[in-house]
Amino acid sequence: MAPMTEDLVAVAHGVPPYVLVSGPESVLAERGLAEVLDRLRVAEPGLEVIRLYAGTYEGGELVLHTSPSLFGGAKCVVVHDVDEASDELQADLLACITDPPEPDLTLVVLHKSGQRGKRVLDALRGARARVVDAPAIKTDRDKTDFAAHEFRRARRKATPEAVHALVEAVGKDVRELAAACQQLVDDTTGVIDENTVLTYHGGKVEATGFRVADAALSGDTAEALRLLRHAIGVGVDPVPIVAVLAQQVRQLIRVGSAGRGRSADIARDVGMAPWQVDRARRALAGWNGETLAVCLQALAAADAEVKGGGRDPVYAVERVVLTITRQHARHREG
Amino acid sequence: MSVWRDVIGQEKAVATLERAVRDPASMTHAWLFTGPPGSGRSVAARAFAAALLCPQGGCGECRECRTALDATHADVDVIATEGLSIKVEQARDLVALAAHRPSVGRYRVLIVEDADRLTERAADALLKALEEPTPRTVWMLCAPSVEDVIITIRSRSRHVRLRTPSVEAVADLLVRRDGVDHPMALYAARAAQSHVGMARRLARDEHARIRRHDVVAMATKIVTVGEAVDAAADLVTIAQEESAAASGERDAAEKARLLEILGADPSARTQPPHIRSQVSALEKDQKARATRFTRDVLDRSLVDLLSVYRDALVLRTGAGSALVNEDSRQVVTRVAEVLTAEQLLLAMDAVGTARERIDANVAPLLALEAMALGLRLPR
Ligand SMILES: [Zn+2]
Repeated sequence: MAPMTEDLVAVAHGVPPYVLVSGPESVLAERGLAEVLDRLRVAEPGLEVIRLYAGTYEGGELVLHTSPSLFGGAKCVVVHDVDEASDELQADLLACITDPPEPDLTLVVLHKSGQRGKRVLDALRGARARVVDAPAIKTDRDKTDFAAHEFRRARRKATPEAVHALVEAVGKDVRELAAACQQLVDDTTGVIDENTVLTYHGGKVEATGFRVADAALSGDTAEALRLLRHAIGVGVDPVPIVAVLAQQVRQLIRVGSAGRGRSADIARDVGMAPWQVDRARRALAGWNGETLAVCLQALAAADAEVKGGGRDPVYAVERVVLTITRQHARHREG
Repeated sequence: MSVWRDVIGQEKAVATLERAVRDPASMTHAWLFTGPPGSGRSVAARAFAAALLCPQGGCGECRECRTALDATHADVDVIATEGLSIKVEQARDLVALAAHRPSVGRYRVLIVEDADRLTERAADALLKALEEPTPRTVWMLCAPSVEDVIITIRSRSRHVRLRTPSVEAVADLLVRRDGVDHPMALYAARAAQSHVGMARRLARDEHARIRRHDVVAMATKIVTVGEAVDAAADLVTIAQEESAAASGERDAAEKARLLEILGADPSARTQPPHIRSQVSALEKDQKARATRFTRDVLDRSLVDLLSVYRDALVLRTGAGSALVNEDSRQVVTRVAEVLTAEQLLLAMDAVGTARERIDANVAPLLALEAMALGLRLPR
């Protein structure tokens, strides 16, 4: 019988001999790597995994680890931080990207960004490496896409409103966002809607701040003050509330001055998610540049007061909420 | 040559300090150097230390002088902070040092570069040492103004006030000490408003010049509310980029060195707890340093922006003095044309308020937005 070719082995676990994990987002890179290792282990439970790091690499290590072991068995060599690789490591990597590939060896290369190590990347692509992308998740648009994808991946249905609420509540940190998605998947059944998210994350300061901001920016004085007093009553700090208010006013100004283009284009230009642009556009109906400018200036003064410049932080945040709702009314009169 | 050669434009202060070196009756155990940033407080303190330790009273050439000036002298200790404050632990270490007799020289000198950044407890710890001085130990505290130092420390030290040196004096220093050519030195000294360290950076770093140029140009570019918000974001980005460029490599090297000292394996995915805690302590310090650096760069940008409105006021009132932004005369002229004297004063107020707010911990972006809204030019 003819020996099994590399391609056939690859078919058995679905991983080609070379894998490139490319991009700066560590959550995605780690996940990509874990998936590769899981697949390899399905076919080879005794898989030996060796991890090398560019920062501590010593010349020749790679040769040592990629040569077939005495007892046979499959090996996976993972090389981290190739975007910081020394010339030595790059040369060693190039030397082990061979045709045909070494049997029983999988080489996984992680590269965050930049030009360093480019020859290695080219060689990997030339050797038909699988490329796992780990693009940066920065803007709210990226985070929305990421969270939506998380639910799809878990074969769960989530409403757009639920995704928005989640990004607003825990979107500051991608890792936290990923964990929150996982928690909702694990702990709930059925369609994930806005209420599901609020049940789990509604108590977060950000969520509170957003509800106060929504009410204030739509000119609803009574509701804004009610929400604010409730939040303060349960011990929410005024500082993050001011921060969220400022962020919302800032978004209205950005979207307002971006003109009439498509939401998706504007979202890209100003680093927001398209739904945020749409929502800002609806809210903008009650505003113009001048009234928003007054709000932002009042918020800067309020921030100084809640951070110790004023005697009564609670009063300072109430007053700025009133300033905002009054500016909204002014626009209507004008 | 003299040890005072880099202490420029401070004839009166130098005379006081020289007298203290010569005449024991004029000497005391605690000195407070004040002067605006960049006036050379720590340079003056080090020169004084050298003069006290030099057998010839500050020749500028001997081993004592040279090692005192670069703070490698065994009897000279300099405490400087790159974070936002000097902690009580650091102050206590210094107080412990102060109790020792000098090892080789006539005096033991302790220089505190940022006495305005002493925490309350750190200041208390220092105060004890000042109240019960050790013979032959000399304290030199540096701060922007006497008000920045608690009164009990102030009252126990002799005050030496430094002035802002003239543009010409700073330019001469850059030519003489740093080998900068004269026209560049003059531009840099003027643009930095005689801040010696800043002038040096402008003279030697093209990026710093570009950054300054961009900031100055902002004064004519803000008309709409949207442009104001964008300008504020630009200011923050410029400062963060400069801070990241200054700290990235250094942070990584410090971490590698720490792991090496601790004998840890840098490639390990997780470090044992005692190493983890040291690494996170280092990272906290690095973050504090980056925060301070970003704030300092931001403040510098605001000083640059302020100089445009001040220049415009000079043009408007025909005061005839030289412009800080001689190289950006077009910007200044345009601002002077469209804003009245009163509006120029309001613009200067807006910048000043932003500086105060950032200093008081207001979110920098928000403080800058409020400022930029106040800097909008009439359509
Ligand atoms: Zn000497």
